Amino acid sequence: MMEWWDGFWSTYNTVVFSIGVNAMLALSIYVTLSCGLLSLANAAFMGIGAYAASIISMQTGLSFPLALLAAGVLPALVALVIGLPTLRLSGVYLAMATLGFGEVVRVVILNLDITGGPMGINGIPQKTEFWHIVLLLALTLFVLARMRRSKIGRAFEAIKADEVAARLMGINVAGYKLLAFVTGAIIAGVAGGLNAHYTFTIGPGNYAFENAVDILTMAVFGGTSNLIGPTLGASILTLLPEVLRQLKDFRLAFNGLILIVVILYLPTGIWDPRRLRTLWPRRQRTAVGGEKI
Amino acid sequence: MLKFDHISKHFGGLKVLQDVSFTVPQGGIFGMIGPNGAGKTTVFNLLTGLLQPSGGTIVFNGSNLAGVAPHRITKAGIARTFQNIRIFKEMTLLENVIVGMHAHLDYGFGALLLSLPSFRTREAQARDRARELLSWVRLDHKADLLAQSLSYGEQRRLEFARALATEPKLLLLDEPVAGMNPAEKTELMAEIVNIRQRGFSIFLIEHDMRFVMGLCDRIAVLNFGRIIAEGPPDEIKNNPEVIEAYLGKEDA
Repeated sequence: MMEWWDGFWSTYNTVVFSIGVNAMLALSIYVTLSCGLLSLANAAFMGIGAYAASIISMQTGLSFPLALLAAGVLPALVALVIGLPTLRLSGVYLAMATLGFGEVVRVVILNLDITGGPMGINGIPQKTEFWHIVLLLALTLFVLARMRRSKIGRAFEAIKADEVAARLMGINVAGYKLLAFVTGAIIAGVAGGLNAHYTFTIGPGNYAFENAVDILTMAVFGGTSNLIGPTLGASILTLLPEVLRQLKDFRLAFNGLILIVVILYLPTGIWDPRRLRTLWPRRQRTAVGGEKI
Repeated sequence: MLKFDHISKHFGGLKVLQDVSFTVPQGGIFGMIGPNGAGKTTVFNLLTGLLQPSGGTIVFNGSNLAGVAPHRITKAGIARTFQNIRIFKEMTLLENVIVGMHAHLDYGFGALLLSLPSFRTREAQARDRARELLSWVRLDHKADLLAQSLSYGEQRRLEFARALATEPKLLLLDEPVAGMNPAEKTELMAEIVNIRQRGFSIFLIEHDMRFVMGLCDRIAVLNFGRIIAEGPPDEIKNNPEVIEAYLGKEDA
């Protein structure tokens, strides 16, 4: 048993790590979506966090927790600065502006010396342990769950439903949008810091357009009406390529096919409590009907 | 309580309001009537900070409202309902009303994170108060249903409760009976009288003459962006200019 476990772990530990990190990323975009903001800046925030943590780990003697702290703080500051002007935009305009920001970040990383330019950073010490990821994912879920059940969660939901009505209910709409944006940036940044410390190497291409869309896909696939959806979506989409390994060359095509089917037939994501609730009584009713016959 | 002083509002070359002055007294129901497109809703949008006046000043309880953000105006004591109902349809009735209490839930981030007693008692008080407000508009038995399941008249009443949750000194009602049948109108009229009796001042805009005449203590008439008459209902009813604005001029 122990032997089997050791073999399994050495083969698949990065997959398990990735599930946790991707769940954090999906939750980071869930925060902004729950406030009605379609922001695609999270891959860039992840990159900022990853580079900040890696540079600290490799060039200073500071400990891993401090590196992770910087991975959360630096994206938060950047989010504050770019959030003030861009969060006035709504819908696709915000999506375009945040994608533009992501491209700016990529090009800056590509051209700086401290980030290693196009070569990226190699030989990052592997400091991320399983329990780090479990702890930080749990902390993320806990904080977001508490926020949901307070005036903050209600304010987010009200802004998403009707911004004008929310404003006239006494909600500081601009302030709460900024809060959602910065919270998302912190989560994505810490996820980036964790990720960098088990992948050994990072480069500017890891945090570009494709990754921004991947993060959004995980959240939408899982469902964005609560915290379980993004976590589940990230887990499934991370595991799917491994599970479909037998399909060899058709793996990615099949991956895409599953995505299309889910979006077409479950547009609110696979985990939608409201739909599950409407399914449940129907099943009960047929059970009762069956007894009568 | 509320004073519009020589307010004008232009959208480009379109002069929606010109030199509008009137005073809403404390207590009672103040009505503003006028034909469609007279600028009534613009008056409310200026008042709640959604628009800024092109000229003139708006004074509420002694403070100038120019340049004040909408959420601060709400906190200062002005709440409104909308002509096209804008409740949060995906939330329960109770949640809708509690959203209205947002500015008064003054617990900090630490308290909500750790679920400290200050957070729990404030939230519990908010839920109790929300149920009370829902009972005012006879919707307390539906508190846990989603708002989208309500009928049109019920949605309007929920909007009243939600507006009252902000603890307003002045309640603005934008065409409260728009799209309602006579029975619903009578019911809503009783509801508004109820709210006044609880001590709230009300400012409503409407173009249903009978509804306004039966309800308001004072009425201002707006036509093509100008106030053409102001006074008690009986005076307004017999004002030739008002009759002309509503019925047109008599042909020779």
